[in-house]
Formats: sequence, C-alpha cells, structure tokens
Amino acid sequence: MSLDAGARVRVRTGDPDHHTRVPRYVRGHTGEILAALGRWTVPDDNARGLEQPRVETCYAVRFSAADLWGSGDHTVTVDLWESYFDRA
Amino acid sequence: MTGHDDQPAAVRARRLEERLIAAGLASDEEIDEFLTGLYATASPVNGARMAARAWTDPSYYDLLLSDGNAAAGELGFGQLSYQLRVVANAQDTHNVIVCTLCSCYPVSLLGPSPGWYKSLAYRSRTVREPRQVLAEFGLRLPDSVQISVWDSTSEARYLVLPVRPTGTEGLTADELTALVTRNGLIGTALV
Repeated sequence: MSLDAGARVRVRTGDPDHHTRVPRYVRGHTGEILAALGRWTVPDDNARGLEQPRVETCYAVRFSAADLWGSGDHTVTVDLWESYFDRA
Repeated sequence: MTGHDDQPAAVRARRLEERLIAAGLASDEEIDEFLTGLYATASPVNGARMAARAWTDPSYYDLLLSDGNAAAGELGFGQLSYQLRVVANAQDTHNVIVCTLCSCYPVSLLGPSPGWYKSLAYRSRTVREPRQVLAEFGLRLPDSVQISVWDSTSEARYLVLPVRPTGTEGLTADELTALVTRNGLIGTALV
C-alpha cells in the first residue's frame, strides 16, 4: 500500500490485547494522509517479540477535532502504521 | 502495603535499572555512560539555535522543514535516534506538540522534558481543547489562528518553529537564540 497526501483512511476499531500505538480516540475515525514518514517495525509486533515483525510505512494522518470530539476547530495529526487503518 | 506509586521516582527508576542489569540487557556502566552523554549535551539551546538560524537563513529554513535530521546535523547536534519533523508556525497557524500515549519528546534538542509534558492533564486535554490549554499557559490565540496538534505516536519527534518576533531585525544569532524558549519549541508559548 502506498498512499498519496490527501488520501482518506479510516482507523480500525479493534482493541488488541497487546501493546499498540493507536490512540483510542482516533479508532473508527476517518482522517487524511499528510505524508509518509518512513518504514519502521510495527510496534505491536516488536512488543510481542515476534521473530519476523512486520515492517510498514508509517503515515502522518490528520483528523479534524469536530470529527473526533464533536466540537473544536483544530486538527490533530497522529502517526499511524499502515495496518492500523483501511482506505476510506 | 506499599505500592509503586508511593515510591520516589528515583527509587522506581533504580528498580527498573536493576531489572535490566539482571536480565543482561545493560550494565551499570553502560547506563551511566548513556545518561551522562545525553544530559551533557541535551538542552533547549540546541533547538533554539536551529530556530534562530532558520529565521535568518532561508536555505537552512528549507532544510529544517524538509529534513530535520540533516538540519540538526548541520549545527553539530549529531545523529538523532529519531526522525525529526519540524512544523512551522505562521501568522494564521499555531502548532503544538503532545504525546498522548506516553511522553515522546526530542530530548537531545530540548533537554529533559518538563513534568507537565508528562502529566495526564496535558496529554489528554491538548488533543481535545488545545485553545484552553494554551490559554492556561498564558498563550491566548485569536480565534482566527488555526491550531494544529501533533500527537507523537511513532519514531518521529516533533519540534515547533516559532514565528520570528517583529522588531528583531538587528539582533545577532546569539541574541535571537536567547529569545527562543523551550515552551516555544513545544508550542505552549509563542516564541
């Protein structure tokens, strides 16, 4: 998966029983790709000590406060590995 | 019964060090060497120098925004252990940094993080009501200024480039550097 800036993505809603770097407040919400940051090991796999952890592109994804909280005029940008979301 | 929370942070940190040593992951000497090296050089003056340089050198400004690691290296701040992403304030945009999941922070360029940065209140409220949080820091932004919050959830660390204050045209690089505060580089102050 390679996404350009402006692409819309929806964060997966799962609540894993292991370490993850998806803040709960963006789960299920739709945001917009700002930029690809780099390819890094997926923290969930690293924390579980998997022998072959996934290495994925991590993206800066921007959300609107109105969408996240129902109010507010700011934006919140969160860095998310690609298995944390789907194309919206 | 005594819980972990009752113990001073230093005691808890030492317990953690002892576990690392017992597990063979690090030695006392290695931990000391790492911390000494980090704190000998980690300071908000580093970030301030980068901001002041960007205010006076357009090519450095471009480098800072496109490749923060290269920009840090150019001023002699060495190999960063993270990807540095610099976000620039403008007259109509204000950036602020938080780490909601823990306390990720560009330590080598800002020094050890302040206690409030690690507090539950700052971490939970900044993504939800940044305008109010900033006002409590004494930074009252006009409603026309768009606030952009950056939640550090990955290997990237964020740094804010403040807007150069007006009336500073005649200042030297050192005088400009002295204007920039740690909070300005986090986004909880204007400069």
